[in-house]
Amino acid sequence: MNALTQSSKFSAMLNVFGRVAALAVIFIGFGFIVPDFAFFTAGNVENILMQSAVYAMCALGATMVIITAGIDLSAGSTIALAMVITAMILDVDGSQGPMVQSYPTLWPIVAIAGGMLAGTCVGLTNGLLITGLRLVPFIVTLGTLQAIRGLAKGVADNQEISPPTNWLYRQLMFPVQGRTFHWQIVPWGVWATLVAALFAAALMRYTRLGRWIYAVGSNADTARLCGVPVLRTRIMVYAMAGAFAGLAGVLEFSKLNLGQPTGAVMYELYVIAACVIGGTSLMGGVGSIFGSVIGALIIGTLNAGAQQAGWPKWVQEIVIGGIIIIAVALDQLRHRRKV
Amino acid sequence: MIQPTDTNLLSMRDVSKRFGPTVALDSVDLTLKQGEILALIGENGAGKSTLMKVLSGAHQPDTGQMQLAGQPYTPRNPMDARQAGVSMIYQELSIAPDLTVMENIMLGVEPMRSPACLGLIDWSTMRRVAKDALMQIGHPKISPKARAGDLPIAQQQLVEIARSIALGCKVLVLDEPTSSLAKQDIDKLFVMLDQLRQQGLGMIYISHFLEEVRQISDRFTVLRDGASVGEGVTAKSDNAQIIRMMVGRDVSDLYPRSTHSAGDVLLELDALAGNTQPIRASLKLHRGEVLGIAGLVGAGRTQMLRAIFGLDAIKSGLVRLATYSGHATPAKRWTQGAGMVSEDRKTEGLALGLSIADNTTLSNLKHLGPMGLVLPSRQQQATLPWIEKLKLKCESPAQPVEALSGGNQQKVAIARLLHHDVDLLLLDEPTRGVDIGSKAQIYQLIDELALGDGSRKPRAILLVSSYLPELLGVCDRIAVMRRGVLGEARDVSQWTEHELMMEATGQV
Repeated sequence: MNALTQSSKFSAMLNVFGRVAALAVIFIGFGFIVPDFAFFTAGNVENILMQSAVYAMCALGATMVIITAGIDLSAGSTIALAMVITAMILDVDGSQGPMVQSYPTLWPIVAIAGGMLAGTCVGLTNGLLITGLRLVPFIVTLGTLQAIRGLAKGVADNQEISPPTNWLYRQLMFPVQGRTFHWQIVPWGVWATLVAALFAAALMRYTRLGRWIYAVGSNADTARLCGVPVLRTRIMVYAMAGAFAGLAGVLEFSKLNLGQPTGAVMYELYVIAACVIGGTSLMGGVGSIFGSVIGALIIGTLNAGAQQAGWPKWVQEIVIGGIIIIAVALDQLRHRRKV
Repeated sequence: MIQPTDTNLLSMRDVSKRFGPTVALDSVDLTLKQGEILALIGENGAGKSTLMKVLSGAHQPDTGQMQLAGQPYTPRNPMDARQAGVSMIYQELSIAPDLTVMENIMLGVEPMRSPACLGLIDWSTMRRVAKDALMQIGHPKISPKARAGDLPIAQQQLVEIARSIALGCKVLVLDEPTSSLAKQDIDKLFVMLDQLRQQGLGMIYISHFLEEVRQISDRFTVLRDGASVGEGVTAKSDNAQIIRMMVGRDVSDLYPRSTHSAGDVLLELDALAGNTQPIRASLKLHRGEVLGIAGLVGAGRTQMLRAIFGLDAIKSGLVRLATYSGHATPAKRWTQGAGMVSEDRKTEGLALGLSIADNTTLSNLKHLGPMGLVLPSRQQQATLPWIEKLKLKCESPAQPVEALSGGNQQKVAIARLLHHDVDLLLLDEPTRGVDIGSKAQIYQLIDELALGDGSRKPRAILLVSSYLPELLGVCDRIAVMRRGVLGEARDVSQWTEHELMMEATGQV
C-alpha cells in the first residue's frame, strides 16, 4: 500500500511539474523571440510576476468557486470596483488635509480593508442570489458583471481617481529591481499574493470548509446526504472569491496609484483561463490552488511575451487564445489516457 | 374480439447476455403473436429490462436468434429496432416538453417539402400524419398543435404511443406503463391497448401488478434470475401459480442470524406522509432490531426513508428519533445518531471523484487534526479500520471511489455510517448491484450491528429491499409497503416469499 500511496504522490507531482515545464517552455520560447534577450532581464521577470500576481490573487477565489462547479464572471468588474473604493478612501480629506497625509501608515491599511470589503460584498451578493433564487452561477454573475461595472463607474462619477501618493503605491507594486539586484527580489504585493496562496491552499487542504467545497463540487447530493451545509458552503465560497478579487483590485490600484472604473476589463476570463490551465475542472470537484497560481503565471507570461515580441495586437490575441485551448486539450488528453 | 392468429410475430430463441461475470440472461425464449398482449413478469432484477433492451436494440445479445415477422431480426441500436417495427415505451417518458404534440410524434422523421435539400418541414403532412396516429389510438381529441409539456402525464404517454404508431410499429413494448397513472387513466389506457390489439399489433406488457396482468394480457412469460421459468395462458392460470414461478428459488445459507433482543424504541413513525409518497406510514423500530420494508419499486419505500432522514419534505405525521421529535435536516439527523445509505450510490450515495477517506469521513470531520483542522493523513488513518473490517479491496484510502467495484463502493457508503458511529442505520437497497461475496459480508455486518457487543450497544436497522430472500434472511420483522401505505410489521416467521409478494401486489 505504501508503494501505491507513493505512486499517487508521484502522479500529483508530475501534475505540478508538467505545468511548471509548460511555463518554462513558454518563458524560454518568448525569451528567444523577444529582441536582445530583453525578456530574460530581472526587471522583465519582475514585471511578469507583478501582472501575474493580480491574476493569481483573483484566481485563488475563482478556483474555489470553480471547484464547487460554479463560475464567477463578475471578477473583472469586482476588481474595478475595489480599485475605485481603495482610491476613494485614500482620497478622503480630514480636518487637517488628506487623511492619508495625517495617518500615512494606517490610512492605506484602511483603504486595503475597504477594497477587500467591497469585493466581499459583491461576492456575498453573488452567493445569496445563486442560493436564494436558485439561479445558475453563470447567469447571476453575468448580471453582476454588468451591474458592478456600472456601480464602479457611478461611484467614481466616471472619473479616474488619483489620490495623493502613499505607501501602497511606493511599496506594494512598485518595481524594486533597477540596475543592481535588490534583496527584496519582488515588491511586497507579489509576496502578499504568495502568502495568500499558501493560506488558500491550506484552507482547501486542511480545513473542514475545504473538504466541504470539494464535496459540494464533486456531488452536491452526496454532500447533502452527509449533512454538509451545501448552501452555506456555496455562499462562503462566493464571498471569499469576492474578497480575493477585492485584494486583486488593491494590487491593480497600486500599480499606477489610480482607481480606474474602466480598468481590469476581461480579467475574469484571464482568471478562469488560469484556473483551467492549472487543472481545475469546470465540472467541479477537481482542482488545486497551486495549479491556478502556475496558470496565472502562464497567462501573465503569455501576455507580456506577446506584447514584447512586437506582434500586432490582433496576432497577440489569436496566439494567446490558441495556446489556452491547446494547453487544456493536452491536459485532458493526458487524463483520458490515464482513465 | 378477434382471436389471436397463430403466426408468430416475434420470436426470441435461446437469448443470453452477460455483463462481465454476471449472467443477466440465460437462454431466454419468448414468442409473441399478432394481435396479442404478452405479459412479461418477474421480480426486480429478474432480467426483464435486460431482455427488453436486447429486443429494442439497446443491448446486443451474446447468443440467440430473434425473428420478426418471419425475417431475421438483429437491431444494432434503438433506431434500427424502431425502423424494423419494434418500439419501446419506457417508464420514464421521453417527450420533448417544449415541442408540440405533432413535432414529438414525428421527431426524427419529419416530412420534408421537396426539394428536401432545403430542409423545409412539410407542416401540413406532419399535422395529417400526427392526426392519423392519434385517431388510430382512439384519442383524436388531443390537439397536434398543443405543447407536449402542457399535457397531463397520461396524455404524454399517449403521444409517445402515437409516435410508435406513426412510425409503423408492429411490436410495442410497455414497461410498467401504469406506474404513474391514476385509476381512470389506467382504464382508458387498457381500452386503447385493446383497440390496438384488435388492429393486429403485438404488445409486450411489463408489470408487477398481477391484477393488471390478469385484466389485459392474453398470455404471460415469467423470468427468474435471468431465465424463462414458465409461461401460460393468463385466463387458465391462477395467481398463486404465477407467484410460485416468480419466487421459487433456493434460499442459500447466506444469512447468519443470531437471536437479537429488542431494546427500547429508537425510531417511531406515526402516520407519516410525504408530499406525494408515502401516504401513510407508521412503525416502531427498537434498538437491536432489523426491520425490513418490502414492496414493489415505486411503492414509496425510498421516499419514506428520505422523509425520515430529512431529504424530502414531510406533509403530515410524526417522526420521533430517540428523544427528538419532528422534522430535521440531514445534518441534524447525523448528530441525532442516524445515518443513511442511499439506493443510488452513483448519483447520491457517493462522491465518485473523491477518495475513499473523503467519502467515509465527510459526515463527521471532527477530531481529525489539531484546532479543528482536517488533516488528510488523519482522515486516511480513521478510514483504515473500516477498510479492514469490511474487507474493502482497495489500493489505499486515498484512492478515488470511482476506481472501485460496485460491491466495494457500497462498502464505502456503509463505512461512512460506521465512522460516524450511528445508532440508527437507514439502508436503502444496500446490496443492489453488489456481488455475492460482498452481499454475505454486508449481511454479516448487519447482524453484528444489531447484536452489539461489550463495547457498543446494539443498533437499530431499517432495511428497504426488493430482494425477498434477503429480507427473510436478515430481518427480525418485516412490513410491506404498497402504493404509499405501509402495512403492519409482522415477525419474520409469519412471512413467506409468497405471502410478501401477495401483499406487495395487492392479492390479499
